[in-house]
Amino acid sequence: MKVLVTVKEVAEVGDDFAIEGTDIAEGDLEYDLNEWDDYAIEAGVQLAEAGVADEVVALTIGPERSEETIRMALAKGADRAVRVWDDAIEDAFLDVETKVGLLEAIVDEEEPDLVLSGVQAADDAFGATGVALADRIGFEHAAVVNDLDLDADAGVANVRRELEGGVEELTEVDMPAVLTVQTGLNEPRYASLRGIRQAQRKEIATRDLADIGLSPADVDGALTVTEMYEPESESDAEIIEGDAGEAAGRLTEVLREKGVDA
Amino acid sequence: MADPAVLAVAEHRRGELRDVSFELLTAGRELADAIGGELHVAVISGDVEAHADALNREGVDAIHTVPVGEEFDHTVYQGAVEELVDAHDPATVLFPNSVNGLDYAPAVAESLGVPLVTDAIDVAYDDELTVTREQYGSKVETTLAVEGDRYALTVRGGEWPAADGTGDAVVESFTVDVDPADSGARVQGYEEVGGGDVDIADADVLVSVGRGIEEEDNLELIFDLAEAMDATVSSSRPIVDNGWLPKNRQVGQSGKVVTPDVYLAIGISGAVQHVAGMKGAETIIAINTDPNAPIFDIADYGIVGDLFDVVPELIDDFE
Repeated sequence: MKVLVTVKEVAEVGDDFAIEGTDIAEGDLEYDLNEWDDYAIEAGVQLAEAGVADEVVALTIGPERSEETIRMALAKGADRAVRVWDDAIEDAFLDVETKVGLLEAIVDEEEPDLVLSGVQAADDAFGATGVALADRIGFEHAAVVNDLDLDADAGVANVRRELEGGVEELTEVDMPAVLTVQTGLNEPRYASLRGIRQAQRKEIATRDLADIGLSPADVDGALTVTEMYEPESESDAEIIEGDAGEAAGRLTEVLREKGVDA
Repeated sequence: MADPAVLAVAEHRRGELRDVSFELLTAGRELADAIGGELHVAVISGDVEAHADALNREGVDAIHTVPVGEEFDHTVYQGAVEELVDAHDPATVLFPNSVNGLDYAPAVAESLGVPLVTDAIDVAYDDELTVTREQYGSKVETTLAVEGDRYALTVRGGEWPAADGTGDAVVESFTVDVDPADSGARVQGYEEVGGGDVDIADADVLVSVGRGIEEEDNLELIFDLAEAMDATVSSSRPIVDNGWLPKNRQVGQSGKVVTPDVYLAIGISGAVQHVAGMKGAETIIAINTDPNAPIFDIADYGIVGDLFDVVPELIDDFE
């Protein structure tokens, strides 16, 4: 069985940042592996270690910079990676439909039996790509999976979906399937030194639009960011000033007024 | 019955309509007015008649009941919504931005070939649809212009008030071809998680800890404070994901909803999923190094500072 794991390098913003036009100033962004995808990679690697998966392929849409991040997926145990990028993608806002078009092309090449995808990306947080991809490629799916028990012989994935309010849905999903992976599904490993060394020799294939039979018009999506701004603080909190001792002293008074430890 | 400007799809679970269903009516009415047209509501599976009665509130023009299946099944929901869209041609389909909403709305948008915007916190229409949403972990808001004349939107819970009043909607049963028996994702059951020795929902005072605690060993500090204050320890999601505390301590959308007298949030940034679980606390106090952390937006008192400086002082004061 072949497992395809979608991986995104996400941009993170620190406490201080500037907005330039409709995005954060490049210098104020830091890049990292999307937290949810870390769990998806771990799930794929565990399936390989259990002898269920023969191959785990990481798939990313991202510029050359993102190879550093995709190497992390390789260092953790993915066998090889495919990176899709094109100058035409650089300036576009990649909406769900556009991303699905790019991912579909690689699914057609790779023919996986299972696609694992993070529930959402930490930066734009659409939370929709995995399920939309499933519809496009004719796979079954389950969103927000926090437990996975694959029965390859029966061709089903027994999953738990994490609903709101501490309720989990137990669902039997026909394979092939796309599962969107929630944090907490497993304990993502740290890359070992050996893994990091091995990752340097693993293949990262790159594909541009022409390679996958698409044109720049195919990445011209329906969404345009027209504004970006810091939300106005709605805070009417009384901020307790002073050094740690003074602030703690005042807070203790407040807490006692509210009946704490009375 | 005129073609609707908006079709809103209600959500229910185990016999109960979820709150977001009533908020969808408000968001849907607003958008239907802006586009110019009717607001229709779809109720799929379960006791559709009872749900239709409950959803018949001010501003709803029509309710389509789809009496197929009992609980949420994404194959049924997707099929039913697509057939309703075929039959009634709404400009916008509104879904809740819930775990189940995100289990079928993206597939509906993909299948219909319409643009999808998820987790909307505001919408406007003036010849063109614009949607406001958060990005970069709530640090910024963005406005997206959406091309085309049909859209799929998922709406964040808690952003619009619930619709009230009594409506005079036409209620019609809608027959669909989709059959739950054909579903490739079959729900086998449900399980409540997070039971155990401590019920944080019962506590009067919660000392709640988040990512800011940095390391598992540092939790001792939080337990010391809780003991000194005679309080109960709860946490945000990352602490539970890391396995540092059991699931029954987690406050938030996927954990417990708590309403203590005092909620002391330590090193918790206040992501929307967390806030959903504790905004009902009587007094909210936050300790965080980042003055822009969203937790301060809902706090009554705040200390902008390092928990490792403040918490030991608090323990001293209470001991």
